[in-house]
Amino acid sequence: MIRHLLSGADLDADTATQILDTAAEMAAVAGREIKKLPALRGRTVVNLFYEDSTRTRISFEAAAKRLSADVINFSAKGSSVAKGESLKDTALTLQAMGADAVVVRHAASGAPHRLADWVDGSVINAGDGTHEHPTQALLDAYTMRSRLGRLAGLSVVVVGDVLHSRVARSNVLLLSTLGAKVTLVGPPTLIPVDIAAALASGTDVCYDLDAVLPSADVVMMLRVQRERMNDSYFPSAREYARRYGLDGARMRRMPGHAIVMHPGPMNRGMEITPEVADSPRSTIVEQVANGVSVRMAVLYLLLGGNNR
Amino acid sequence: MAQPSAAHSSPPRQPSVKVILTSADVQRVVDRIAHQILEKTQGAADTVLLGIPTRGAPLARRLAARISAFEGVAVPVGVLDITLYRDDLRRNATRAVGPTQLPAGGIDGQRVVLVDDVLFSGRTVRAALDALGDLGRPASVQLAVLVDRGHRQLPIRADYVGKNIPTALAENVKVTLAETDGTDEVRLYGGTLP
Repeated sequence: MIRHLLSGADLDADTATQILDTAAEMAAVAGREIKKLPALRGRTVVNLFYEDSTRTRISFEAAAKRLSADVINFSAKGSSVAKGESLKDTALTLQAMGADAVVVRHAASGAPHRLADWVDGSVINAGDGTHEHPTQALLDAYTMRSRLGRLAGLSVVVVGDVLHSRVARSNVLLLSTLGAKVTLVGPPTLIPVDIAAALASGTDVCYDLDAVLPSADVVMMLRVQRERMNDSYFPSAREYARRYGLDGARMRRMPGHAIVMHPGPMNRGMEITPEVADSPRSTIVEQVANGVSVRMAVLYLLLGGNNR
Repeated sequence: MAQPSAAHSSPPRQPSVKVILTSADVQRVVDRIAHQILEKTQGAADTVLLGIPTRGAPLARRLAARISAFEGVAVPVGVLDITLYRDDLRRNATRAVGPTQLPAGGIDGQRVVLVDDVLFSGRTVRAALDALGDLGRPASVQLAVLVDRGHRQLPIRADYVGKNIPTALAENVKVTLAETDGTDEVRLYGGTLP
């Protein structure tokens, strides 16, 4: 088993499949009277969040607690980071506290990689800058597999701000490993040149959403990050919504079995209309529930044995 | 007296292998345990069989099939994976988690019969009891094993035993079943490994 989870590329097909299979067993725990397993008793998991996050942090916290680990939440606000402590000094503090795993979210791409050199425990990347968010990709893959029964051969369309999306990058890497075909769709200003080939061979780029919808098994909408709207990547929010937003009419052009995903938080009316977000094809709420199961699987597989 | 010098160049001794139960023996033993369960539970009402993977699971299904054949009672069967409850998790590489499948009716208020192939240290059964406690509240818990080889490390005993095999600690009992290994057999491997 791997020691850290920093990138979707850290996982080969066997390891990724093992995580998804384990997550399926972990999901059963959520339906029990006692939602608790003793597997990580006595282990300490630190949630080190330098960026705001609700669902990812809560999801990791719930996952660690269901496995009986001790959880320490550390957010940059109100900590010594606000006083100017460096990432390295914070890492050494965590090391001294005996953290078995550090779940880190950081605005700087690559921060979890640096952290992995400084601590003895496992480092799990919970989102670094515009780089990667591997557990999101795992929960997306898990959701696809449980809804559609397979991953190999699926046509997955990822729509939106690919340039700034760590979700898109991790998904392309993981889904390609698992045999799905990913097509990146968005305005040319938000899709880096050559990104498809750079991430994984077999990945396509298309600038026309309507052209790819009829053959899609999965349409994954990315959040339009509000802070980007003023950066002139596209002329106006309304124009973006008209060309790349998913509304009811577009959804009906998708095949009958196709599903709509969104990593959240959504901008309703921007990249996705309420009609689509609340339709039975939308897996958005499922994705949140699956997130806990997948993160339990990752924590168990990284920390459950003597892999260090 | 000293061995002839040829003995020094002979290959190391192979571990001795002894067949304890043949395929026919295994079937007879399963039949007997099924009868004993029927007898002790007065017809196996409100009873659930839970097999502990790997080989407890097919054994539980066989017992249910035999009970059904003898008295026409359909006993619910499930699988109880105990991986996450083991006390040696962190001493080994991470173990793969297997499926746990409870019967649709659950285990609350039922008489649960845990089924495993070999009873040895008792630690697996302890883990299974912990797992059961998280899954519901059975009225009572019993234990059925194909082989009891002794050397308990915990105060645990079986209610139904297919065969007691006195063993030395260094010896090894290996159960194979048609469902998992192709044939039914119980073998004792001697403790004289080279």
